[in-house]
Amino acid sequence: MATVTPVSSKVDLSTSSVRALNAELHEPAAEAYEVLHPQGAHAIAAGVHHPVTVDIRGHAGYYCAGMNDGGTITVHGSAGTGVAENMMSGTVRVHGDASQSAGATGHGGLLVVSGSASMRCGISMKGIDIVVGGDIGPMSAFMAQAGRLVVCGDAGDALGDSIYEARIYVRGKVNSLGADCVEKPMRAEHLSELAGLLGAAGLDHDPADFRRYGSARKLYHFAAHNSDSY
Amino acid sequence: MTNPALRESATFDRATIAGIQRAAETGVYDIRGWGAKRPLPHFDDLLFLGASMSRYPLEGYRERCDTDVVLGDRHAKFPLHLDIPITIAGMSFGALSAQAKEALGRGASEVGTSTTTGDGGMTPEERGQSKHLVYQYLPSRYGMNPTDLRKADAIEVVLGQGAKPGGGGMLLGQKISERVAGMRTLPAGIDQRSACRHPDWTGPDDLTIKIVELREITDWEKPVYVKVGATRTYYDVKLAVAAGADVVVVDGMQGGTAATQDVFIEHVGIPTLAAIPQAVQALQELGVHRKVQLIVSGGIRTGADVAKAMALGADAVAIGTAALIALGDNHPRYADEYEKIGSAAGFYDDFQDGRDPAGITTQDPELAARLDPVEGGRRIANYLRVLTLEAQTLARACGKAHLRNLEPEDLVALTIEAAAMARVPLAGTDWIPGNGR
Repeated sequence: MATVTPVSSKVDLSTSSVRALNAELHEPAAEAYEVLHPQGAHAIAAGVHHPVTVDIRGHAGYYCAGMNDGGTITVHGSAGTGVAENMMSGTVRVHGDASQSAGATGHGGLLVVSGSASMRCGISMKGIDIVVGGDIGPMSAFMAQAGRLVVCGDAGDALGDSIYEARIYVRGKVNSLGADCVEKPMRAEHLSELAGLLGAAGLDHDPADFRRYGSARKLYHFAAHNSDSY
Repeated sequence: MTNPALRESATFDRATIAGIQRAAETGVYDIRGWGAKRPLPHFDDLLFLGASMSRYPLEGYRERCDTDVVLGDRHAKFPLHLDIPITIAGMSFGALSAQAKEALGRGASEVGTSTTTGDGGMTPEERGQSKHLVYQYLPSRYGMNPTDLRKADAIEVVLGQGAKPGGGGMLLGQKISERVAGMRTLPAGIDQRSACRHPDWTGPDDLTIKIVELREITDWEKPVYVKVGATRTYYDVKLAVAAGADVVVVDGMQGGTAATQDVFIEHVGIPTLAAIPQAVQALQELGVHRKVQLIVSGGIRTGADVAKAMALGADAVAIGTAALIALGDNHPRYADEYEKIGSAAGFYDDFQDGRDPAGITTQDPELAARLDPVEGGRRIANYLRVLTLEAQTLARACGKAHLRNLEPEDLVALTIEAAAMARVPLAGTDWIPGNGR
């Protein structure tokens, strides 16, 4: 008699462990998981590499959804440092705020933070799309290589320092731009891609209210005459 | 013939004068490969006390001297079990050609040891030819992905390297081919900086959580190494152990680099010889010596160096520069070509510029094609066998049936500096400078 794959499963972290949860998520028997009482535990849903849905009912600690590759993971609360770090694909949503280094080094997928994100959001991002409903902290998108960072609120100091080819859209005020990061014109294709990102994030802001920032590409080759920039 | 009345300044010697002139002409500091070139207290300053009346030697060609080592059995489900304690250090695809990386994997696998990726990710050639492959987790996270992480046999979290502790990296544009650029998600042809700090953790407490995350992603299967450049080694090793490292890698200032400022290479960090006793002391005080394994790198050239590092307390060593030399780097057969690019066989260190006549530190397809990975692998295996045989010879002379049984008591120092750093007596005395006696 054929076994029936359960549609959803609940894991209560007040009685189970993160290890047991992640082991299950790495070889999932269900299509969807609900994580109860996360209690700020670290590495919840780290290393997911199947198209499962994970709903975390509360706050998560460091590296929630780290290296996610195909999962749809939602934190119904706030997330600690490095949420969705190095994500490859899939979607991670944080309904509250995110701490430092949200989406750091991510290669792909979509990270949505409904609240604000702390410093170093999108640091060294490599293709991930990040949409932040509120503000982002200083040194965000440092050395950002590829991908898009959308900020619906304000951005802290040194935005996009040493940025490569990532594109940044900010609706509010930018405290200061980092080395080699400049404001660039919003052309039709940028308004279009921004509309798509906002739509994917479930936000209805007008793309025309945003400004675009990216690399001046003046520091792509080390040169003595740029020494004041380093 | 040089006029014998001419006197060279010890302070402003010819290399110094040339450096000042080069700086004045270019306005840029010197970037080069290799490691520290200045004279340093090193393993050459130590000698073994072979057996005689008070010690019983092993017969060189009859009695076994084992060489295997288990790395990472503290927490990992699948620790590495290597046949010899000489590993290949992390060197990136980008810094090295794909052929060179494949050759290193082939050679290491032939003699049952590990090789290591580098900044830039894991290539199929390297994974395919490496029986034991250590995957480096670096600040840049170039090429880092969970699929390759799961393919790795161990994970090495790199905090620094001996050539540039506290510094990041810079792979110059001339080495950024389409393939290298693609693996790093950057445009081809531009200089690629590697950050000096990790992007999502900032201190030892964070590192503890980061290591747990890496273990969770890989289901606690892989040993996790932590690599540090040798500086405040005693404290760094203690913190690495506290953060959960299964293996600590300590890279002394003689350790090589593909591209770093000369001023950094020569003036930051401490010699390998000085770092080992600090690391061993830290492990011993924590009660984890031999439980958290210690890998030492930076200037390992001979089986004598291997044996001395192990006698001082290392569980294994790693080689980088020596492996490149074994592959053919600085070989006299390229003398004319070295001369054309302003260098000479035995002096070539411009690993950053991509014009390596030996085809090792380059991404130029024509130059890279000069290195046959199969032949290169054979040379690496030969060299590793020689290192092992030499180390065994010395261990047997000290009466040791396993390389790991070598101990500081087997060593004396030739200089006061080496005695103080290595914490072994000056030869012919019982004096260890600095131990209060």
